[in-house]
Amino acid sequence: MYKLLQSTYKEFLLLKRDIGGLVILFVMPLVLVITVTLIQESTSQHIFNSKIKILLIDNDVDDLSHTIISNLNDSNSFEIITKIDGKLITEEQVNNLILNSKYKLAIIIPKNLTKNLSAKVSQNVSKILEEFEISESDSVEIKEIKTQQIKLYFDPTIQLSFKNGIKNAIDNMVSKIETQSIYKAFKDELEIEKNIFENKEFISFLEINPQKNNKEIKPNSVQHNVPAWALFAIFFIIVPLSINIVNEKNQGTFVRLKTNPITYATILGGKVIIYLAVCLIQFALMLLVGLYLFPYLGLPNFDVNGSYFLLFLVAIFSGLAAIGIGILIGTIASTQEQSAPFGATLVVILAAIGGVWIPVFAMPKVMQLFAKISPMNWGLNSFYDVIIRDNSFVEILPEILMMGFFFAVMLSIAIYYDKAKNTV
Amino acid sequence: MNEELIHINQLAKKYKDSDYFAVNTLDLTINKNEIFGLLGPNGAGKTTLISMLCGLIKPTAGTIEIKELNYKKNRKQIQNLIGVVPQEYALYPTLTAFENLMYFGAMYGLKGEDLKIRINKSIKKLGLTRFIDKKIKTFSGGMKRRVNLIAGTLHRPEILFLDEPTVGVDVQSKNVIIQHLKQLNNEGTTIVYTSHHMLEAEEFCTDVAIIDDGSIIARGHPTELIKSVKTASNLEEVYLNLTGGELRDYV
Repeated sequence: MYKLLQSTYKEFLLLKRDIGGLVILFVMPLVLVITVTLIQESTSQHIFNSKIKILLIDNDVDDLSHTIISNLNDSNSFEIITKIDGKLITEEQVNNLILNSKYKLAIIIPKNLTKNLSAKVSQNVSKILEEFEISESDSVEIKEIKTQQIKLYFDPTIQLSFKNGIKNAIDNMVSKIETQSIYKAFKDELEIEKNIFENKEFISFLEINPQKNNKEIKPNSVQHNVPAWALFAIFFIIVPLSINIVNEKNQGTFVRLKTNPITYATILGGKVIIYLAVCLIQFALMLLVGLYLFPYLGLPNFDVNGSYFLLFLVAIFSGLAAIGIGILIGTIASTQEQSAPFGATLVVILAAIGGVWIPVFAMPKVMQLFAKISPMNWGLNSFYDVIIRDNSFVEILPEILMMGFFFAVMLSIAIYYDKAKNTV
Repeated sequence: MNEELIHINQLAKKYKDSDYFAVNTLDLTINKNEIFGLLGPNGAGKTTLISMLCGLIKPTAGTIEIKELNYKKNRKQIQNLIGVVPQEYALYPTLTAFENLMYFGAMYGLKGEDLKIRINKSIKKLGLTRFIDKKIKTFSGGMKRRVNLIAGTLHRPEILFLDEPTVGVDVQSKNVIIQHLKQLNNEGTTIVYTSHHMLEAEEFCTDVAIIDDGSIIARGHPTELIKSVKTASNLEEVYLNLTGGELRDYV
């Protein structure tokens, strides 16, 4: 115990003297959480609050194109541009402007869209009425009307999710116009003057947040971001820890320690205690940022649900899982050039498969399997269990035990590797 | 009769990527209270032999017994008996001399006032009192060598292994180190050390072994060895006579 305490004190001194390392350990994770949360929040705000400039070529110049333009204007999300330098835009111009990212989106409405849609709808309505024998016309003359295409140009650098969002919005708008045209065609065919068709949407959506213990579970971006990026930062302990172990080997102190009556587990024990303390301080700082700084930055409040004990418990076990990996890398690597890039890349991979960036359910099946064996995924789920799902200690126990077991396995492999390599 | 402290039997070491044996079926006994010098050209096997004696690397064949104990069964007991001063400055650069020594002393179970007294005494003896609270990274090579020596001797080991303890230091530092080692030896510590300094070994050692190609090619008291080679008037001439004058460069 005395040797473990002395090893811990030595690690404390080494860390205390490394100002650059301390800045990286404590300041960088905070910068990361603040930056990512602000960017995510402000991006969604920006998308909803600012107007996206749309190039529009109206080859139809009729009711339908006017309705599309008026709907786009009414949405307050778009600014319609039909002329550049006082001249109507051509399709060739559109192609170049979008290609060069001068504009993000362009819509080209085809010629005779209104006429063709109305002809198609009238034809269909007449056919239906004829079936019911209420149409006055003798027989409906079937003309072939080609399906109409509204061309959409997207900036190639635009993100797929944004592109899909815009496409869905326009698709939705066109569907509504089509429906209205059908109603109008029925009205005209039946020669009804009164407006008997209600244009209001019949089906609407009501979002219900699930409840637990009579409490509504209403997550916000901060509640997703703080635990996810806190976990990412906790796992970055792998890099300085593995470097610390490699440094000991390279500066010869490990050689001396190996001749001393002290076990490798004791040497590592000191590192585990200090680096775990670092993880917890990192986590506490990130909680403070979420609780007290984010509201000042105009971000939603970080609601920890009063579960500080469970949150720190998850942080401890996440930290242990990360420390286990750091120790193993440091034990196996012989140079900083091996341990640092490998450790950093591994953290990014673990974050990716752990669901920090993309939700696990959205991943391909194979990656979902990998996610299940990723300690970062266990950590993230445990944090969400506590903050978002309001789960109890018993409910998070399996995941934190997995992380504890993972730490024990990593540490055992490191000790075994060291012993196998150096046993006399 | 001399008490046998270290017994090496048919010891051999071949590294994984090497075609030759760094230590080749070597037999050696070292008695209590000796100052035993392992001399030899670069790549002769000195560091490999001393590393095996310290339990740092695993022999390919043969056995090592220290006070009839071996590393396989009695590792911890042997580690309490020995002190090691590696060739590298095995110290934490950002810790002070005092902090380094407190830590390495504690690893031998030393604590409290006893440890502080031992540190202060050794520091004073080796002329480092003024620098005790300075960080190791600010020290000169000679100063680091002296702290390195103290770190391996604070627990007053029965056997002290040193790998080139005076390499790269000035004459003053070398003198202080040798005097300190002599005093430790007078107090009962058996010293096993490697060196390239023939004159130093001639004056300092009570027994030397010249090692070449992993085998001992001569062994005895320096004066006996000098007498054994007719044309030699000092240990360096004996050494050159036995190992030859050609360069020993190994990759």
